[in-house]
Amino acid sequence: MAKRILISVVALGVLGILGFAGLAWQPAIAPIAPSAPGGFAPALVAKGEALSGGGFCAECHTVKGGQQFAGGYAMATPFGVIYSSNITPDPETGIGTWSEAAFARAVREGVTRRGSLLFPALPYDHFTKLSDGDVKALYAYFMTRTPVHASNRGNTIPFPFNIRYLQAGWRLLFFRSGRFEPDAHKSAEWNRGAYLAEGLSHCSACHTPRNLLGAEKAGDAYAGAAIDNWIAPPLTAANPTPAPWTQDELFNYLRNGVSTLHGSATGPMAPVVRGLSTLPEEDVRALATYFADIGHVADRAAFDSVIARAMSYGSLDAVGTRRHDADARLYTAACASCHYNSGLAPLAVRPDLTLNSALNLPEPTNFIQVVLRGIDAKAGIPGVVMPGFGGALSDADIARIAAYLRRTRTHLPPWPDLESRITAARRLIVASP
Amino acid sequence: MTKFRINGRSVVVDAEDDTPLLWVIRDVIGLTGTKFGCGIGMCGACTVHVGGRPTRSCITPVGSVADTEITTIEGLDPQGRHPLQKAWVDLQVPQCGYCQSGQIMQAAILLKDFPTPTDQDIDAVMTGNLCRCMTYARIRKAIKQAATELRKEAANG
Repeated sequence: MAKRILISVVALGVLGILGFAGLAWQPAIAPIAPSAPGGFAPALVAKGEALSGGGFCAECHTVKGGQQFAGGYAMATPFGVIYSSNITPDPETGIGTWSEAAFARAVREGVTRRGSLLFPALPYDHFTKLSDGDVKALYAYFMTRTPVHASNRGNTIPFPFNIRYLQAGWRLLFFRSGRFEPDAHKSAEWNRGAYLAEGLSHCSACHTPRNLLGAEKAGDAYAGAAIDNWIAPPLTAANPTPAPWTQDELFNYLRNGVSTLHGSATGPMAPVVRGLSTLPEEDVRALATYFADIGHVADRAAFDSVIARAMSYGSLDAVGTRRHDADARLYTAACASCHYNSGLAPLAVRPDLTLNSALNLPEPTNFIQVVLRGIDAKAGIPGVVMPGFGGALSDADIARIAAYLRRTRTHLPPWPDLESRITAARRLIVASP
Repeated sequence: MTKFRINGRSVVVDAEDDTPLLWVIRDVIGLTGTKFGCGIGMCGACTVHVGGRPTRSCITPVGSVADTEITTIEGLDPQGRHPLQKAWVDLQVPQCGYCQSGQIMQAAILLKDFPTPTDQDIDAVMTGNLCRCMTYARIRKAIKQAATELRKEAANG
């Protein structure tokens, strides 16, 4: 009896290992002779270029100041640093010998040409939704880039997470291969937006919290998450901005880098706007339609009163009793020359702080980042800058301004430990500017 | 190396990205109408326009203004006859004059955003521009006079 049980256990174990090996083992796809750039139709290459922008490929596959798509960009994950790979068509160090089938498998299944399993730092869990036509166009685009000879850098993922075979377990738990399936109950525009958001543009990669194994929490889609020392706010009805993210506000934000009633796209969101700029306007409209629906904007009350409330504050800072409030004076001197508004509605070029996303989030993270770093001309309102006050104001003064705005502009609880959080954020900026 | 346009001409400056724009404007490009006051963005003397918006150039790193359009007091009006400049002369606003180019650059945008500014608008937007000679009362008067002229210009096309 005991022997039989032992045999069963061993047999099950062997079967389990074999099964896992079966999942983990992927065949290599034969290399191809490097293709001539002229072999792809220009229209297909152009389509691939637009899609590459909308998928932010350059963002992770290029180091700052480096050659485009040559890889080496460091992605800090809770498991260690992962360096992106060279995706130029260099035959030795890039993807020059990759057939279209190999490229498609890497992008949509997370398996390299040689058959090794990629870390989900490449969002193949989103790209698996890409259509055949879009993958074809992306392939044409990358194979016609200038080849760059740049070897891939080793990751600093510690044992045992560095064992590629173990990725099979992650895939078994969290990865579902399959193309985008449109929702027949929704409009074509909504479905286009969903395809882009869930697939190509992989919005939830930042806006959905992740579990301990680094996978997006399925039940918490778009609930907001921390990313690179910023907060990617919730995109659901839980988004705390006073004015709802209507389709027009979303469109302006995603297309022009600024929404009058929410603020500027900056930090990790700035490259998103730049990337989306290669997509046609109707695609960005489709994204706006999709996220207006995700955010249940239709259920939110009219927001005229919200704007009226915001507009009532301008008169409070420089006049009346606040004339003698040191916090109000500090805010007015440092911020109001650009952020003050009056009249019936704020001006787009004067981002209104009462309505601003950063001021209304539970965490002061984004507010602190923007005040310390500022916003350069390539982010937010194009061609306009907000200087960073990191080198100008003390932690205590920034904390006073933050607390003052939170106290006078919102009905939300005060942010705790502001000064120490500003100190900590400043230290991180010095460490990695 | 940073490239931008200043007062309508293209410049490429060889300066570290974190060099304050003010230093570049004054020491590299040689336009000294823009003044250094506090160096921490709290007095407004260094105000210039970046992309048509008032910007404290002392705390703006030059690397952040790549490919922008910058205007300094020298470029506000080719003849120095912007309605604000005329009102400034007319009402003899300056005393020592040090803060005045920053005042005028800030006021120029104030009038774009609020063509009929109230006292409250002027106080809120101009509070970040300090004047140690206390010419505030004349500044406010001159802004209103310039606003009137600008509205007349607009009405006459």
